[in-house]
Amino acid sequence: MTKWRRQHLVLAGIGGLLALYLFAPLVVLVASTGEGFFHGLAHPLVWPALKLSLSTTLTSLAVVVTLGTPLAWVLARSSSRGARVLESLLQLPVVVPPAVAGVALLLTFGRRSLLSAAFSPDGWSPSFTSLAVVMAETFVSAPFFLQAAISAFRRIDGNLVTVARTLGASPLRIFFSIGLPLAAPGLLAGGATSWARALGEFGATLMFAGNLEGRTQTLPLAIYTALETDLKVAQSISVVLIVAALALLLLVRLVTKERSP
Amino acid sequence: MKAHLLVALLLSACKPAPEKELIVFAASSLKDVFGGLGATFRQQHPEAQVSFNFAGTQELRTQLEHGAPADVFASADVRHMAELERAGRVQASTLFAKNELVLAVSREASVSVKRLEDVPSLERIVMGGPDVPIGQYTRELLQRASTSSLGPDFVARFEAHVVSKELSARQVLARVSLGEAQAAFVYRTDALSVADAGVAIVPVGDELRVVADYPIAIVTKPAHPALAAAWLELVHSAEGQRQLSSAGFVPVAP
Repeated sequence: MTKWRRQHLVLAGIGGLLALYLFAPLVVLVASTGEGFFHGLAHPLVWPALKLSLSTTLTSLAVVVTLGTPLAWVLARSSSRGARVLESLLQLPVVVPPAVAGVALLLTFGRRSLLSAAFSPDGWSPSFTSLAVVMAETFVSAPFFLQAAISAFRRIDGNLVTVARTLGASPLRIFFSIGLPLAAPGLLAGGATSWARALGEFGATLMFAGNLEGRTQTLPLAIYTALETDLKVAQSISVVLIVAALALLLLVRLVTKERSP
Repeated sequence: MKAHLLVALLLSACKPAPEKELIVFAASSLKDVFGGLGATFRQQHPEAQVSFNFAGTQELRTQLEHGAPADVFASADVRHMAELERAGRVQASTLFAKNELVLAVSREASVSVKRLEDVPSLERIVMGGPDVPIGQYTRELLQRASTSSLGPDFVARFEAHVVSKELSARQVLARVSLGEAQAAFVYRTDALSVADAGVAIVPVGDELRVVADYPIAIVTKPAHPALAAAWLELVHSAEGQRQLSSAGFVPVAP
Protein backbone atom coordinates (compact mmCIF):
# COMPACT_ATOMS: atom_id res chain seq x y z
CA MET A 1 0.00 0.00 0.00
CA THR A 2 1.38 3.38 -0.90
CA LYS A 3 1.85 6.02 1.72
CA TRP A 4 -0.67 8.21 -0.06
CA ARG A 5 -3.29 5.55 0.08
CA ARG A 6 -2.61 4.73 3.72
CA GLN A 7 -3.07 8.30 4.78
CA HIS A 8 -6.20 8.54 2.75
CA LEU A 9 -7.59 5.49 4.58
CA VAL A 10 -6.80 7.07 7.94
CA LEU A 11 -8.79 10.16 7.00
CA ALA A 12 -11.67 8.04 5.74
CA GLY A 13 -11.60 6.02 8.95
CA ILE A 14 -11.83 9.11 11.16
CA GLY A 15 -14.63 10.57 9.06
CA GLY A 16 -16.40 7.23 9.01
CA LEU A 17 -16.82 7.41 12.78
CA LEU A 18 -19.12 10.39 12.41
CA ALA A 19 -21.09 8.75 9.60
CA LEU A 20 -21.50 5.66 11.75
CA TYR A 21 -22.66 7.73 14.68
CA LEU A 22 -25.25 9.48 12.50
CA PHE A 23 -26.62 6.31 10.93
CA ALA A 24 -26.46 3.76 13.74
CA PRO A 25 -29.28 5.15 15.92
CA LEU A 26 -31.67 5.37 12.97
CA VAL A 27 -30.81 1.84 11.85
CA VAL A 28 -31.27 0.54 15.40
CA LEU A 29 -34.60 2.34 15.65
CA VAL A 30 -35.92 0.85 12.42
CA ALA A 31 -34.47 -2.63 13.04
CA SER A 32 -35.72 -2.90 16.62
CA THR A 33 -39.23 -1.86 15.62
CA GLY A 34 -39.50 -4.92 13.38
CA GLU A 35 -42.85 -6.63 13.31
CA GLY A 36 -44.16 -4.44 16.11
CA PHE A 37 -44.50 -1.74 13.44
CA PHE A 38 -48.06 -2.52 12.33
CA HIS A 39 -49.19 -3.25 15.85
CA GLY A 40 -47.81 0.15 16.90
CA LEU A 41 -49.53 1.90 14.01
CA ALA A 42 -52.87 0.45 15.10
CA HIS A 43 -52.72 2.48 18.33
CA PRO A 44 -55.55 5.04 18.53
CA LEU A 45 -53.03 7.88 18.91
CA VAL A 46 -51.54 7.35 15.48
CA TRP A 47 -54.24 7.85 12.86
CA PRO A 48 -55.57 11.25 14.09
CA ALA A 49 -51.99 12.48 14.47
CA LEU A 50 -51.09 11.33 10.96
CA LYS A 51 -54.13 13.05 9.45
CA LEU A 52 -53.44 16.23 11.41
CA SER A 53 -49.76 16.27 10.49
CA LEU A 54 -50.61 15.86 6.80
CA SER A 55 -53.28 18.55 6.71
CA THR A 56 -51.37 21.11 8.76
CA THR A 57 -48.03 20.64 6.98
CA LEU A 58 -49.69 20.83 3.55
CA THR A 59 -51.41 24.04 4.60
CA SER A 60 -48.22 25.56 5.95
CA LEU A 61 -46.37 24.46 2.81
CA ALA A 62 -48.99 26.22 0.67
CA VAL A 63 -48.62 29.40 2.73
CA VAL A 64 -44.83 29.25 2.60
CA VAL A 65 -44.70 28.71 -1.17
CA THR A 66 -47.39 31.28 -2.02
CA LEU A 67 -45.88 34.07 0.06
CA GLY A 68 -42.28 32.91 -0.01
CA THR A 69 -41.80 32.69 -3.77
CA PRO A 70 -42.46 36.39 -4.50
CA LEU A 71 -40.38 37.37 -1.47
CA ALA A 72 -37.46 35.22 -2.62
CA TRP A 73 -37.75 36.66 -6.15
CA VAL A 74 -37.63 40.23 -4.94
CA LEU A 75 -34.71 39.54 -2.60
CA ALA A 76 -32.78 37.65 -5.28
CA ARG A 77 -33.22 40.44 -7.83
CA SER A 78 -32.45 43.28 -5.48
CA SER A 79 -28.87 44.44 -5.05
CA SER A 80 -29.52 46.79 -2.14
CA ARG A 81 -27.83 46.33 1.21
CA GLY A 82 -31.18 46.31 2.95
CA ALA A 83 -32.16 43.23 0.97
CA ARG A 84 -28.97 41.43 2.03
CA VAL A 85 -29.61 42.27 5.68
CA LEU A 86 -33.24 41.15 5.43
CA GLU A 87 -32.14 37.93 3.75
CA SER A 88 -29.84 37.14 6.66
CA LEU A 89 -32.44 38.03 9.25
CA LEU A 90 -34.98 35.76 7.58
CA GLN A 91 -32.70 32.84 8.44
CA LEU A 92 -33.10 33.53 12.16
CA PRO A 93 -35.85 30.96 12.74
CA VAL A 94 -33.43 28.26 11.51
CA VAL A 95 -30.88 28.93 14.22
CA VAL A 96 -33.23 29.99 16.99
CA PRO A 97 -34.29 27.06 19.21
CA PRO A 98 -37.90 25.96 18.58
CA ALA A 99 -38.72 26.65 22.23
CA VAL A 100 -37.82 30.31 21.61
CA ALA A 101 -40.15 30.32 18.61
CA GLY A 102 -42.87 28.90 20.88
CA VAL A 103 -42.44 31.63 23.48
CA ALA A 104 -42.33 34.32 20.77
CA LEU A 105 -45.53 33.06 19.15
CA LEU A 106 -47.23 32.84 22.53
CA LEU A 107 -46.30 36.42 23.41
CA THR A 108 -47.36 37.73 20.01
CA PHE A 109 -50.54 35.74 19.42
CA GLY A 110 -51.40 34.35 22.88
CA ARG A 111 -54.36 35.24 25.03
CA ARG A 112 -52.62 38.09 26.79
CA SER A 113 -50.95 39.60 23.72
CA LEU A 114 -51.81 43.08 22.46
CA LEU A 115 -52.88 41.54 19.17
CA SER A 116 -55.36 39.29 20.89
CA ALA A 117 -56.82 42.21 22.82
CA ALA A 118 -57.23 44.11 19.56
CA PHE A 119 -59.19 41.24 17.97
CA SER A 120 -61.86 41.06 20.62
CA PRO A 121 -62.38 42.24 24.19
CA ASP A 122 -62.52 38.61 25.38
CA GLY A 123 -59.09 38.07 23.87
CA TRP A 124 -59.31 35.68 20.92
CA SER A 125 -56.23 33.63 20.20
CA PRO A 126 -55.33 30.79 17.84
CA SER A 127 -53.67 28.88 20.68
CA PHE A 128 -55.05 25.35 21.18
CA THR A 129 -56.37 25.25 17.59
CA SER A 130 -55.05 23.58 14.45
CA LEU A 131 -54.36 27.08 13.14
CA ALA A 132 -51.75 27.45 15.87
CA VAL A 133 -50.09 24.27 14.60
CA VAL A 134 -49.98 25.66 11.06
CA MET A 135 -48.54 28.94 12.38
CA ALA A 136 -45.78 27.14 14.29
CA GLU A 137 -44.93 25.00 11.28
CA THR A 138 -44.89 27.98 8.94
CA PHE A 139 -42.64 29.92 11.28
CA VAL A 140 -39.97 27.25 11.51
CA SER A 141 -40.12 25.90 7.94
CA ALA A 142 -40.37 29.06 5.82
CA PRO A 143 -36.66 29.98 6.03
CA PHE A 144 -35.67 26.64 4.48
CA PHE A 145 -37.84 27.34 1.44
CA LEU A 146 -36.70 30.96 1.22
CA GLN A 147 -33.05 30.02 1.24
CA ALA A 148 -33.47 27.47 -1.55
CA ALA A 149 -35.73 29.75 -3.59
CA ILE A 150 -33.41 32.75 -3.36
CA SER A 151 -30.42 30.78 -4.58
CA ALA A 152 -32.50 29.18 -7.34
CA PHE A 153 -33.60 32.61 -8.57
CA ARG A 154 -30.00 33.89 -8.34
CA ARG A 155 -28.77 31.17 -10.66
CA ILE A 156 -30.99 32.50 -13.46
CA ASP A 157 -28.92 34.29 -16.10
CA GLY A 158 -29.39 38.01 -15.52
CA ASN A 159 -29.18 38.69 -19.26
CA LEU A 160 -32.44 36.85 -19.81
CA VAL A 161 -34.21 39.26 -17.51
CA THR A 162 -32.53 42.29 -19.08
CA VAL A 163 -33.49 41.18 -22.58
CA ALA A 164 -37.07 40.50 -21.53
CA ARG A 165 -37.27 43.94 -19.98
CA THR A 166 -35.93 45.71 -23.10
CA LEU A 167 -38.52 43.78 -25.11
CA GLY A 168 -41.16 45.38 -22.90
CA ALA A 169 -42.12 42.50 -20.59
CA SER A 170 -43.78 43.57 -17.34
CA PRO A 171 -42.26 42.57 -13.96
CA LEU A 172 -45.13 40.11 -13.40
CA ARG A 173 -44.62 38.60 -16.86
CA ILE A 174 -40.87 38.20 -16.18
CA PHE A 175 -41.62 36.58 -12.82
CA PHE A 176 -44.11 34.09 -14.27
CA SER A 177 -42.48 33.37 -17.66
CA ILE A 178 -38.78 33.42 -16.75
CA GLY A 179 -38.37 33.27 -12.97
CA LEU A 180 -40.78 30.48 -12.10
CA PRO A 181 -40.01 28.02 -14.93
CA LEU A 182 -36.23 28.36 -14.70
CA ALA A 183 -36.13 28.11 -10.91
CA ALA A 184 -38.74 25.33 -10.73
CA PRO A 185 -36.35 22.51 -9.67
CA GLY A 186 -34.82 24.67 -6.93
CA LEU A 187 -38.27 25.73 -5.73
CA LEU A 188 -39.37 22.10 -5.64
CA ALA A 189 -36.31 21.08 -3.63
CA GLY A 190 -36.85 24.01 -1.25
CA GLY A 191 -40.49 23.03 -0.82
CA ALA A 192 -39.51 19.46 0.03
CA THR A 193 -36.92 20.55 2.60
CA SER A 194 -39.30 22.97 4.19
CA TRP A 195 -42.05 20.35 4.25
CA ALA A 196 -39.71 17.93 6.02
CA ARG A 197 -38.93 20.55 8.64
CA ALA A 198 -42.65 21.27 9.16
CA LEU A 199 -43.38 17.55 9.61
CA GLY A 200 -40.77 17.38 12.35
CA GLU A 201 -41.83 20.55 14.17
CA PHE A 202 -42.24 19.84 17.88
CA GLY A 203 -41.14 22.48 20.38
CA ALA A 204 -43.02 25.51 19.13
CA THR A 205 -46.14 23.43 18.52
CA LEU A 206 -46.14 22.00 22.05
CA MET A 207 -45.69 25.45 23.58
CA PHE A 208 -48.02 27.44 21.39
CA ALA A 209 -50.68 24.99 20.21
CA GLY A 210 -50.93 22.54 23.09
CA ASN A 211 -51.41 18.79 22.86
CA LEU A 212 -54.86 17.39 22.05
CA GLU A 213 -55.62 14.40 19.84
CA GLY A 214 -57.14 15.32 16.50
CA ARG A 215 -56.70 19.04 16.99
CA THR A 216 -53.11 19.91 17.88
CA GLN A 217 -51.36 16.59 18.47
CA THR A 218 -49.15 16.10 15.41
CA LEU A 219 -46.93 13.03 14.83
CA PRO A 220 -43.92 14.36 16.81
CA LEU A 221 -46.19 15.24 19.75
CA ALA A 222 -47.78 11.80 19.52
CA ILE A 223 -44.29 10.27 19.73
CA TYR A 224 -43.61 12.22 22.89
CA THR A 225 -46.96 11.31 24.40
CA ALA A 226 -46.65 7.63 23.47
CA LEU A 227 -43.08 7.34 24.72
CA GLU A 228 -44.32 7.00 28.28
CA THR A 229 -47.11 4.55 27.57
CA ASP A 230 -45.91 2.32 24.80
CA LEU A 231 -42.44 2.61 23.36
CA LYS A 232 -43.45 0.51 20.33
CA VAL A 233 -46.01 3.12 19.31
CA ALA A 234 -43.40 5.86 19.55
CA GLN A 235 -41.04 3.70 17.46
CA SER A 236 -43.64 2.98 14.79
CA ILE A 237 -44.46 6.67 14.37
CA SER A 238 -40.73 7.42 14.23
CA VAL A 239 -40.30 4.90 11.43
CA VAL A 240 -43.12 6.56 9.48
CA LEU A 241 -41.40 9.93 9.86
CA ILE A 242 -38.02 8.50 8.84
CA VAL A 243 -39.55 7.02 5.68
CA ALA A 244 -41.27 10.33 4.89
CA ALA A 245 -38.03 12.22 5.44
CA LEU A 246 -36.11 9.76 3.27
CA ALA A 247 -38.65 10.15 0.45
CA LEU A 248 -38.41 13.95 0.62
CA LEU A 249 -34.61 13.74 0.68
CA LEU A 250 -34.62 11.54 -2.43
CA LEU A 251 -36.91 14.01 -4.17
CA VAL A 252 -34.50 16.83 -3.38
CA ARG A 253 -31.54 14.79 -4.71
CA LEU A 254 -33.43 13.91 -7.88
CA VAL A 255 -34.50 17.43 -8.81
CA THR A 256 -31.16 19.02 -7.93
CA LYS A 257 -29.24 16.32 -9.86
CA GLU A 258 -31.36 16.88 -12.95
CA ARG A 259 -30.34 20.50 -13.02
CA SER A 260 -26.63 20.31 -12.42
CA PRO A 261 -24.71 18.89 -15.41
CA MET B 1 1.32 19.59 20.58
CA LYS B 2 -2.04 20.40 19.12
CA ALA B 3 -3.02 16.75 19.16
CA HIS B 4 -2.23 16.61 22.86
CA LEU B 5 -4.44 19.56 23.48
CA LEU B 6 -7.28 17.94 21.57
CA VAL B 7 -6.93 14.71 23.52
CA ALA B 8 -6.90 16.63 26.79
CA LEU B 9 -10.03 18.50 25.75
CA LEU B 10 -11.81 15.29 24.80
CA LEU B 11 -10.81 13.68 28.07
CA SER B 12 -12.02 16.59 30.12
CA ALA B 13 -15.34 16.50 28.26
CA CYS B 14 -15.70 12.80 29.06
CA LYS B 15 -14.65 13.18 32.67
CA PRO B 16 -17.41 11.97 34.98
CA ALA B 17 -19.29 14.52 37.07
CA PRO B 18 -17.60 15.61 40.33
CA GLU B 19 -17.33 12.65 42.66
CA LYS B 20 -19.73 14.05 45.20
CA GLU B 21 -22.64 14.92 42.96
CA LEU B 22 -26.01 13.67 44.14
CA ILE B 23 -28.51 13.35 41.29
CA VAL B 24 -32.15 13.68 42.28
CA PHE B 25 -34.98 12.88 39.83
CA ALA B 26 -38.17 14.52 41.06
CA ALA B 27 -41.73 15.14 39.91
CA SER B 28 -42.21 18.61 38.44
CA SER B 29 -44.50 19.63 41.31
CA LEU B 30 -41.55 19.26 43.72
CA LYS B 31 -39.45 21.83 41.88
CA ASP B 32 -39.69 24.75 44.31
CA VAL B 33 -39.56 22.82 47.56
CA PHE B 34 -36.71 20.54 46.48
CA GLY B 35 -34.78 23.58 45.31
CA GLY B 36 -35.03 24.93 48.86
CA LEU B 37 -34.13 21.56 50.38
CA GLY B 38 -31.11 21.48 48.07
CA ALA B 39 -29.77 24.64 49.71
CA THR B 40 -30.26 23.10 53.15
CA PHE B 41 -28.53 19.92 51.97
CA ARG B 42 -25.50 21.83 50.72
CA GLN B 43 -25.20 23.53 54.11
CA GLN B 44 -25.21 20.15 55.82
CA HIS B 45 -22.87 18.58 53.26
CA PRO B 46 -20.57 21.32 51.98
CA GLU B 47 -18.50 18.79 50.05
CA ALA B 48 -21.47 17.62 47.97
CA GLN B 49 -23.30 18.99 44.97
CA VAL B 50 -26.96 18.34 44.21
CA SER B 51 -28.31 18.20 40.65
CA PHE B 52 -32.00 17.94 39.94
CA ASN B 53 -33.95 16.57 37.02
CA PHE B 54 -37.53 17.82 37.26
CA ALA B 55 -40.12 16.45 34.82
CA GLY B 56 -43.41 14.61 34.68
CA THR B 57 -43.19 11.49 36.88
CA GLN B 58 -44.03 9.23 33.92
CA GLU B 59 -41.19 10.75 31.90
CA LEU B 60 -38.68 10.27 34.72
CA ARG B 61 -39.84 6.68 35.05
CA THR B 62 -39.15 6.10 31.34
CA GLN B 63 -35.71 7.66 31.75
CA LEU B 64 -34.93 5.47 34.77
CA GLU B 65 -36.13 2.37 32.93
CA HIS B 66 -33.62 3.19 30.21
CA GLY B 67 -30.79 3.51 32.66
CA ALA B 68 -30.56 7.26 33.23
CA PRO B 69 -28.04 7.94 36.01
CA ALA B 70 -29.77 8.98 39.22
CA ASP B 71 -29.37 8.41 42.93
CA VAL B 72 -32.82 9.30 44.21
CA PHE B 73 -36.28 9.30 42.63
CA ALA B 74 -39.23 11.23 44.09
CA SER B 75 -42.53 10.43 42.39
CA ALA B 76 -45.89 12.22 42.38
CA ASP B 77 -47.80 8.95 42.50
CA VAL B 78 -47.41 5.46 43.89
CA ARG B 79 -48.22 3.59 40.68
CA HIS B 80 -45.13 4.64 38.70
CA MET B 81 -42.96 4.05 41.78
CA ALA B 82 -44.45 0.57 42.29
CA GLU B 83 -43.66 -0.31 38.66
CA LEU B 84 -40.04 0.73 39.13
CA GLU B 85 -39.81 -1.24 42.38
CA ARG B 86 -41.26 -4.29 40.66
CA ALA B 87 -38.70 -3.95 37.87
CA GLY B 88 -35.93 -3.76 40.46
CA ARG B 89 -34.88 -0.30 39.31
CA VAL B 90 -35.33 1.34 42.73
CA GLN B 91 -35.11 0.16 46.32
CA ALA B 92 -38.08 0.08 48.69
CA SER B 93 -39.88 3.44 48.68
CA THR B 94 -41.32 5.45 51.54
CA LEU B 95 -44.05 8.10 51.52
CA PHE B 96 -42.74 11.54 52.39
CA ALA B 97 -45.54 13.96 51.52
CA LYS B 98 -49.13 14.29 50.42
CA ASN B 99 -50.69 16.86 48.16
CA GLU B 100 -54.25 17.82 47.31
CA LEU B 101 -55.99 18.80 44.13
CA VAL B 102 -57.56 22.23 43.80
CA LEU B 103 -59.04 24.08 40.86
CA ALA B 104 -56.72 26.83 39.62
CA VAL B 105 -58.53 29.60 37.77
CA SER B 106 -56.82 32.20 35.59
CA ARG B 107 -56.92 35.89 36.47
CA GLU B 108 -59.40 36.62 33.66
CA ALA B 109 -61.78 33.80 34.53
CA SER B 110 -61.60 34.21 38.29
CA VAL B 111 -64.38 36.81 38.18
CA SER B 112 -66.92 34.31 36.90
CA VAL B 113 -65.67 31.06 38.40
CA LYS B 114 -66.12 30.89 42.15
CA ARG B 115 -67.34 27.33 42.60
CA LEU B 116 -66.89 24.01 40.81
CA GLU B 117 -70.46 24.37 39.49
CA ASP B 118 -69.22 27.27 37.31
CA VAL B 119 -66.56 25.19 35.56
CA PRO B 120 -68.61 23.79 32.66
CA SER B 121 -69.34 27.35 31.50
CA LEU B 122 -65.64 27.77 30.66
CA GLU B 123 -64.28 27.31 27.17
CA ARG B 124 -60.65 26.35 27.73
CA ILE B 125 -59.74 23.76 30.34
CA VAL B 126 -56.44 21.86 30.38
CA MET B 127 -55.48 18.69 32.17
CA GLY B 128 -52.61 16.21 32.31
CA GLY B 129 -52.15 13.43 29.77
CA PRO B 130 -53.30 9.88 30.55
CA ASP B 131 -50.00 8.78 32.11
CA VAL B 132 -49.13 11.99 33.88
CA PRO B 133 -50.00 11.77 37.59
CA ILE B 134 -51.88 15.10 37.55
CA GLY B 135 -53.96 13.71 34.65
CA GLN B 136 -54.74 10.52 36.55
CA TYR B 137 -55.71 12.41 39.70
CA THR B 138 -57.93 14.70 37.64
CA ARG B 139 -59.68 11.68 36.14
CA GLU B 140 -60.11 10.23 39.62
CA LEU B 141 -61.70 13.49 40.73
CA LEU B 142 -64.00 13.55 37.70
CA GLN B 143 -65.10 10.01 38.44
CA ARG B 144 -66.15 11.11 41.91
CA ALA B 145 -67.84 14.16 40.43
CA SER B 146 -70.08 12.02 38.23
CA THR B 147 -71.82 10.57 41.28
CA SER B 148 -71.74 13.82 43.28
CA SER B 149 -74.09 16.73 43.63
CA LEU B 150 -72.43 18.31 40.57
CA GLY B 151 -74.59 16.02 38.46
CA PRO B 152 -73.88 13.19 36.05
CA ASP B 153 -73.27 15.49 33.07
CA PHE B 154 -70.50 17.48 34.79
CA VAL B 155 -67.80 15.16 33.46
CA ALA B 156 -69.01 15.28 29.85
CA ARG B 157 -69.26 19.06 29.97
CA PHE B 158 -65.81 19.31 31.52
CA GLU B 159 -64.23 17.02 28.95
CA ALA B 160 -65.89 18.80 26.06
CA HIS B 161 -63.90 21.90 26.95
CA VAL B 162 -60.50 20.30 27.47
CA VAL B 163 -58.21 21.96 24.92
CA SER B 164 -54.85 20.38 25.77
CA LYS B 165 -53.38 17.43 27.62
CA GLU B 166 -50.07 18.51 29.07
CA LEU B 167 -47.11 16.32 29.94
CA SER B 168 -46.29 17.55 33.43
CA ALA B 169 -48.10 19.20 36.33
CA ARG B 170 -46.01 22.34 35.86
CA GLN B 171 -47.03 22.63 32.21
CA VAL B 172 -50.69 22.39 33.23
CA LEU B 173 -50.04 25.15 35.75
CA ALA B 174 -48.22 27.35 33.22
CA ARG B 175 -51.23 27.28 30.87
CA VAL B 176 -53.42 28.72 33.62
CA SER B 177 -50.94 31.24 34.98
CA LEU B 178 -50.27 32.55 31.44
CA GLY B 179 -54.02 32.91 30.87
CA GLU B 180 -53.97 30.56 27.88
CA ALA B 181 -56.29 28.17 29.69
CA GLN B 182 -59.03 29.36 32.02
CA ALA B 183 -58.88 26.58 34.56
CA ALA B 184 -57.29 23.26 35.48
CA PHE B 185 -57.13 20.91 38.40
CA VAL B 186 -53.62 21.25 39.84
CA TYR B 187 -51.77 20.45 43.04
CA ARG B 188 -52.49 22.87 45.85
CA THR B 189 -48.75 23.53 46.21
CA ASP B 190 -48.48 24.50 42.54
CA ALA B 191 -51.52 26.76 42.72
CA LEU B 192 -50.07 28.52 45.77
CA SER B 193 -46.81 29.14 43.95
CA VAL B 194 -48.49 31.21 41.21
CA ALA B 195 -50.84 33.24 43.41
CA ASP B 196 -48.75 36.28 42.37
CA ALA B 197 -49.86 35.79 38.77
CA GLY B 198 -53.45 36.31 39.86
CA VAL B 199 -54.33 32.62 39.73
CA ALA B 200 -57.30 31.99 42.02
CA ILE B 201 -57.83 28.79 43.98
CA VAL B 202 -61.19 27.07 44.20
CA PRO B 203 -61.12 24.27 46.77
CA VAL B 204 -62.75 21.01 45.68
CA GLY B 205 -64.47 20.09 48.95
CA ASP B 206 -64.55 16.83 50.86
CA GLU B 207 -66.91 15.05 48.49
CA LEU B 208 -64.39 15.09 45.61
CA ARG B 209 -61.20 15.24 47.64
CA VAL B 210 -58.29 13.53 45.89
CA VAL B 211 -55.04 13.07 47.77
CA ALA B 212 -51.76 12.60 45.92
CA ASP B 213 -49.16 10.43 47.66
CA TYR B 214 -45.49 11.21 47.05
CA PRO B 215 -43.12 8.28 47.51
CA ILE B 216 -39.34 8.57 47.43
CA ALA B 217 -36.72 5.86 46.89
CA ILE B 218 -33.01 5.31 46.35
CA VAL B 219 -32.31 3.72 43.00
CA THR B 220 -30.77 0.27 42.81
CA LYS B 221 -26.98 0.58 42.94
CA PRO B 222 -26.75 4.36 43.34
CA ALA B 223 -23.45 6.06 42.51
CA HIS B 224 -23.53 7.86 45.87
CA PRO B 225 -25.33 5.67 48.42
CA ALA B 226 -24.33 7.73 51.44
CA LEU B 227 -25.49 11.02 49.92
CA ALA B 228 -28.70 9.40 48.67
CA ALA B 229 -29.46 8.12 52.16
CA ALA B 230 -28.69 11.58 53.55
CA TRP B 231 -31.17 13.14 51.10
CA LEU B 232 -33.94 10.76 52.20
CA GLU B 233 -33.08 11.51 55.80
CA LEU B 234 -33.36 15.24 55.15
CA VAL B 235 -36.71 14.88 53.38
CA HIS B 236 -38.13 12.85 56.27
CA SER B 237 -36.52 15.04 58.98
CA ALA B 238 -38.37 17.65 60.99
CA GLU B 239 -36.70 20.40 58.92
CA GLY B 240 -37.57 18.70 55.62
CA GLN B 241 -41.16 18.17 56.64
CA ARG B 242 -41.36 21.78 57.81
CA GLN B 243 -40.23 23.04 54.40
CA LEU B 244 -42.65 20.71 52.62
CA SER B 245 -45.45 21.87 54.84
CA SER B 246 -44.71 25.56 54.28
CA ALA B 247 -44.83 24.91 50.52
CA GLY B 248 -48.37 23.60 50.99
CA PHE B 249 -47.71 19.85 51.13
CA VAL B 250 -49.33 17.76 53.80
CA PRO B 251 -46.51 16.23 55.84
CA VAL B 252 -46.66 12.54 56.66
CA ALA B 253 -46.39 11.27 60.23
CA PRO B 254 -43.00 9.66 60.83
